Amino acid sequence: MKILLRLSLLFVAVGFLTGCRHVEPWERGNLAEYVMRADRDPLGDQAAEHMWFSRESATGGAGVGGGGCGCN
Amino acid sequence: MYHSNRWQRLVSSLPALALAAGLVLPTAAAPLKEGDPFPDLKTFKLEGELPDFAGKVVIVDFFASWCGPCKDSFPAMQELHEKFAGKGLIILAVNLDKKAEDMKEFLSKHTATFPIVRDGANALVKAVKIATMPSSFILDRTGKVRFIHRGFKGDKTKEEYLQQISELLK
Repeated sequence: MKILLRLSLLFVAVGFLTGCRHVEPWERGNLAEYVMRADRDPLGDQAAEHMWFSRESATGGAGVGGGGCGCN
Repeated sequence: MYHSNRWQRLVSSLPALALAAGLVLPTAAAPLKEGDPFPDLKTFKLEGELPDFAGKVVIVDFFASWCGPCKDSFPAMQELHEKFAGKGLIILAVNLDKKAEDMKEFLSKHTATFPIVRDGANALVKAVKIATMPSSFILDRTGKVRFIHRGFKGDKTKEEYLQQISELLK
């Protein structure tokens, strides 16, 4: 019983040692690089958007006209 | 039973150790506030030559080549330097790039005749804990932090610099 309690305490404690941490403002050089931009590939974005609105029949939400048939 | 005791001792000490490490590791220095003395720059092994700050009003400006507003702030800093350097102001720009080449490339594009040092190990910035990039600290003639600028907001920030520096140089 005692060992179980200690083990569960250990698991809780290990939770504090996760890899998650706050990225300090001066450590954001990599995040600021061009390749980290979500909109770095206009053609790819357009294609992804096209697939998304065709699949979801959700055209219009992203400013594109069409009926959701995926043919425009 | 020696082994079992040792095992038990090890298991029982792990939670305490892990908890202690987990609690201690994320703890860092508190951010510098207005009124605090600025740490002694000589103790941080900065790359580059430090000017003599004795009796001067100092702006310590943290910048990096990847930071957009830092690019905007450099012409303003240069202007302040040209205007107030002869009146007792020293601007010290502290670069936080990981690679010195990135800093050199930045400086080849942005004119700066004020002193520039590099905090490659990030020791100084960790000690003062800036909240955003760029950040600058305006120190009075005694080395105390009088004003802190978080970010650079164009003419608004420039106006504030002018007003605060004029006040401190009086």
